[in-house]
Amino acid sequence: MSDVTTDQGIPEPEGHTEVIDTDFEIGQDNVEGTVGPFGFDVHNPVFLISGLTIVAFVFYTLVFQEQATAAFGALRPWLTGTFDWVFLTSANIFVLFCLFLIVSPWGSVRLGGADAVPDYSYSGWFAMLFAAGMGIGLMFFGVLEPVYHMAISQPLGVPSPFAEDGTIIEANVEAAKRMGLASTIYHWGLHPWAIYAVVALALALFSFNKGLPLTIRSAFYPIFGDRVWGWTGHVIDILAVFATLFGLATSLGFGAQQANAGLEHVFGIANNANVQVVLITVITGIALVSVVRGLDGGVKVLSEINMVLAALLLLFVLLAGPTMVIFSDFFAGLGTYATEIIALSNPIGREDTGYLQGWTSFYWAWWVSWSPFVGMFIARVSRGRTVREFIICVLIIPSLVCVLWMAVFGGVAIDQVLSDPTTSAVKAQVIDSYNPPISLFAMLEGLPLASITSTLGIVLVIVFFVTSSDSGSLVIDTITAGGKIDAPLPQRVFWCTFEGAVAIVLLLGGGLSALQAMVISTGLPFTFVLLLMCVAIVKGLAAEKNAVPPTSGGGS
Amino acid sequence: MFSKIMVPVDLAHQDKLTKSLECAAELARHFDIPVVYAGVTGTAPGVTGHTPEEFTRHLAEFAAAQGESAGISTAHHAIISHDPRVELDAKLVRAAEEIGADLIVLEGHVPNVLDHFLPSDGGIVAKLAKATVMVVRN
Repeated sequence: MSDVTTDQGIPEPEGHTEVIDTDFEIGQDNVEGTVGPFGFDVHNPVFLISGLTIVAFVFYTLVFQEQATAAFGALRPWLTGTFDWVFLTSANIFVLFCLFLIVSPWGSVRLGGADAVPDYSYSGWFAMLFAAGMGIGLMFFGVLEPVYHMAISQPLGVPSPFAEDGTIIEANVEAAKRMGLASTIYHWGLHPWAIYAVVALALALFSFNKGLPLTIRSAFYPIFGDRVWGWTGHVIDILAVFATLFGLATSLGFGAQQANAGLEHVFGIANNANVQVVLITVITGIALVSVVRGLDGGVKVLSEINMVLAALLLLFVLLAGPTMVIFSDFFAGLGTYATEIIALSNPIGREDTGYLQGWTSFYWAWWVSWSPFVGMFIARVSRGRTVREFIICVLIIPSLVCVLWMAVFGGVAIDQVLSDPTTSAVKAQVIDSYNPPISLFAMLEGLPLASITSTLGIVLVIVFFVTSSDSGSLVIDTITAGGKIDAPLPQRVFWCTFEGAVAIVLLLGGGLSALQAMVISTGLPFTFVLLLMCVAIVKGLAAEKNAVPPTSGGGS
Repeated sequence: MFSKIMVPVDLAHQDKLTKSLECAAELARHFDIPVVYAGVTGTAPGVTGHTPEEFTRHLAEFAAAQGESAGISTAHHAIISHDPRVELDAKLVRAAEEIGADLIVLEGHVPNVLDHFLPSDGGIVAKLAKATVMVVRN
């Protein structure tokens, strides 16, 4: 007899959803047990094969270094060069698909059921969206890209403001400035976020509304049916773990080199492998504390701290730089983005192949290869939002923030380069020589309080790496535990440590660039995976029509 | 002496709960007080339910079955957590206060070397809860 009911801990019934009826039991393929004092609960065979494949690839890259560097090093440019039209066309489809979902009646479907309440407030949610997948890029490319595109890559054939002898051609300045910003915004605006949004939406929908485990394979249930619980699904999940771990480990390795370059530039600290190993260890150590403290106590808190620090830096650069010029750049860049987006995203008949293949196509492959990780993390924190609200918040708002960031950092840098080309540190580090890690610090040098802001910059770089590392470890742990979010703690500690160890081994042994090239190459197969996900989302949402309560007409 | 017992249960591992369930039932009969079974679930689909409502339903069935078999008055209390593995202990402590339980009976593992580094759930609940805590070794 159950005569006393207490239900304070759980929200009221979450409303109707169309749970998929499948014979699959979550955790049915998992192996539970203990190794010494450590408990484990892992998916068989995803955990073992992912782990062993990663070790095998690291081993191959170390032992056959020349061969691996040659093979993967050539593979990536070949893919992004040959299949540029695939990447560009697909990314355009993702943007249009997301925009369609905003205005379609399906926008009213709520993730987690008609009556679900959002798990996180807007501030915590946004902070985690940025910190997982993009923050670090903003630090490194905020200055580099606008200046580089303005002066060197000449998107859509817009001429450089610099003549061969380095003098400024006044007639070219205005158009080059606008195109520099617009072509950067293009890489950080709607398209990347649409890529993330498609993966995140598919996972959130099939997990929170359809009751399938929170793992990549679930999004393919409408296409492959019960086969996703077999080897078809194993392969999808293993590929996702593989891309995520190598993506994180290689970025961590490069990130340590870049942070070290910054430390050398600002504080004169030696630039060598020892310092970089210490940096990776520190970043991994902080990430470990964060994953052990969990999603709310660790990951979210760090993400929010990071957002505050980043906002402070943005505000400082905005106020210390030529504020009015930045505002006019912001609107001019946004305007040019709006007018040129069709030309920039046109995949055929382009002559600016340096920009198209070297940057756009490369970026699209990169975003796609990161999308299982970032998408799954976004999905996990987005329960309770409607599809419309979700797309607006994952697509439109982050795009605008990126535009502002690029306009401020790029705008100030471009202003420094053009107003005094002979002494500009940015010109020296980006145009005269190509020194990406220094570009941010070179720009800050031209503003007051450079030692404080540069230190803040280095702290931000490090913390952004921590927030990628901790959220990545949670994602890998969930996938390798068959979608369980409550696997034993030592497992996430294992993945976080493993990632740091792979980064250190590759850093010391060589092979960071080879493996990063390989990860980015996984962007091509994943692009087709993402296109299938769009089909799956349509099928999933179509079956969800009953989940929309009659009263809910809007998204909000 | 006591007015209400809370027993944290992991529905996915019911086989490991025998001792704490029996012990709680004995105490409930002895003091003639109800037992509330508290379960923590994540928001993502899990072994014990595809949605939080399904989990709650399973927990309610579990509580009812316990009441039936042990002849005691039972209730259930489902707790949603974003990260159940990490938030478990704090959520249980808060649940005990919300329920008004003044005795918590929970199953605990035999300590091993790991407990020197990562404190056990039973240990943390005992440290933080205002209620009396009884850790039953399995």
